[in-house]
Amino acid sequence: MEKIIETKGLNKYFKVSGGRWLHAVDGIDLSIPLGHTLGVVGESGCGKSTLGRLIASLLEPTAGEILFKGQSMLGQGSKSQKEYRRNVQMIFQDPYSSLDPRMSTFELIAEPLRRYKVHQSKADLVNIVVDLMRTVGLDLRFINSYPHEMDGGRRQRIGVARALALNPEFVVCDEPVSALDVSIQAQILNLLMDLQEERNLSYMFITHDLSVVKHISNEIMVMYLGQCVERTETQKLFAEPLHPYTQGLLAAIPLPELRENKKRVLLRGEVTDPIDPQPGCRFYKRCEHARPQCIAGPVAMTEARPGHFVACVLYQNDDSGGRNEESHA
Amino acid sequence: MDNATLLDVKDLEVIYTGDGGRVQAVNKIAFELKEKETLGLVGETGAGKTTTALAIMGLLPERNSRVLGGQIFFQDGDLLKKNKNEMRLIRGALISMIFQDPMTALNPVKTVGDQVLESLKIHFAGEMTPAQMNERVDELFTLVGISPNRKKDYPHQFSGGMKQRVVIAIALACEPLLMIADEPTTALDVTIQAQVLALMEELKQKLNMSMIMITHDLGIVAEVCDRVAIMYAGELVESGSAKDFFEGKLHHPYTVGLLGALPSLTNHARRLSPISGLMPDPTQLPAGCKFHPRCPHSMPICEQEAPYIYKSGGHQIACHLMRDQEGGN
Repeated sequence: MEKIIETKGLNKYFKVSGGRWLHAVDGIDLSIPLGHTLGVVGESGCGKSTLGRLIASLLEPTAGEILFKGQSMLGQGSKSQKEYRRNVQMIFQDPYSSLDPRMSTFELIAEPLRRYKVHQSKADLVNIVVDLMRTVGLDLRFINSYPHEMDGGRRQRIGVARALALNPEFVVCDEPVSALDVSIQAQILNLLMDLQEERNLSYMFITHDLSVVKHISNEIMVMYLGQCVERTETQKLFAEPLHPYTQGLLAAIPLPELRENKKRVLLRGEVTDPIDPQPGCRFYKRCEHARPQCIAGPVAMTEARPGHFVACVLYQNDDSGGRNEESHA
Repeated sequence: MDNATLLDVKDLEVIYTGDGGRVQAVNKIAFELKEKETLGLVGETGAGKTTTALAIMGLLPERNSRVLGGQIFFQDGDLLKKNKNEMRLIRGALISMIFQDPMTALNPVKTVGDQVLESLKIHFAGEMTPAQMNERVDELFTLVGISPNRKKDYPHQFSGGMKQRVVIAIALACEPLLMIADEPTTALDVTIQAQVLALMEELKQKLNMSMIMITHDLGIVAEVCDRVAIMYAGELVESGSAKDFFEGKLHHPYTVGLLGALPSLTNHARRLSPISGLMPDPTQLPAGCKFHPRCPHSMPICEQEAPYIYKSGGHQIACHLMRDQEGGN
């Protein structure tokens, strides 16, 4: 299947005090087929938003490359950069701070259209904006309203309309529903899925909410401290999470149903910063299966099950696929 | 489980006044909390959950809010009749509160140890020597899982989860009878949330406390609550035991909507069923049932008359649809 986005060894390091480096994104390889959704899951500080910004070309990678339909985007001229930015759009987390408070709905949605001079005339521009408002289910009476006059759900619809204005093929959704109430969240998720079907959009969906990501993604990538620890199809991940971190993450979600035994396996400790990290597994200190080879050297991704990739020594150099080692919670 | 009643809220009515007009934040709500019980107060933004909590704490902003009516019985008296000094002695000692955002609930220029000590100084000035108080601070830090030798550190030196532990230590300092937790884990990552919830549950058992858990997360409700009260636009639409709520057949249409809007980890539905429409404008609440403009079962009577109150055992639903159900009164 044709890939819309691929990354190879993508790195982003930030310089922090004392001449040290924070490895926000460290060696990410991913590929997203056309029309698919890749869910990126992880806790705060795992680098998922940085990854999204790299792909939306809002940040320059330290190393590695990004391919759009098989073509590398780095070192390209500004013209193809501009074309890339048009094709790859982003929906931001917080509809309260991502919209300019001094611009009306019309101005906000017209901004990208003006930037790329999509319209023939002023009347044409109005038509396109009105069409976009209809597409995202925003009542036309809000066309002259300002962000503060609207609630979170409507504001996020503006965010979606802005992202769609230039007919992109790929949209990075960075926690688009986490600032919204449950009932509004469901409206926006349905909208995003309808738009995907209508326009054959591909998404990268960044979230910390596993039930949301399960609902919307074809494939899921779990990140921990800048690295990908597990990657597979959604159904496979939830049926059999392999990495100890993924297992802990799934066990930590409170489910809206009553259970007799409420005891859960808790992950110890908390996420640290990936500042000048040592080679080896970054989850080592919190892992109940930790052993010396975890930090002996880099832990590569291996295909532990068909189509199911995991970076964990439990599944390496072991023909049984680590089956003997597992102790599922 | 027939414990004595600890808190009895009767027909509580709170309004906010301001430029935008009069806001009916809490409209004649009534509920009971028994000793050692955890009540989940559930609702979306603007439902009046936090206002209810602040009314119990006597912390409503004086400038723009007013309690119009009702009683809040705690132990032997009505909290609404107490003066400022009497409330000061109750607050922190008998009833304490954990706020949503640990990043802003702590004073950034005081050490965490001093902040825990503060409430001991207020409530036990005559009874404890400074040495005893210091010992108690160490004890509290150990209780919430922080090493006592970190008490000279400032809040910025702690992670979000650790800060919330400090906030819990402050709330527990005087061993209150009732703890009100206002979205205590919303700002935390899911694995840290699991740790904090487990800690709160353990301490609640150990100290024989009652708890009001304010949340919008039905998963958390299932995890920790004995009873559930659902708020919508300042009113209680449904209340009952956790069993009534998660396993019962009869529900308020809003509750049905909330449960249907959740993406699920356990079963797979391609489309979510969101509640249509938006929360009503709090300055212009609809007549009759506040939910009728969004309700799929709305009838003419819903637009005029306040909802019928269905009662069966401890389960209560405010809805005209329930008129025909058996067990009503």
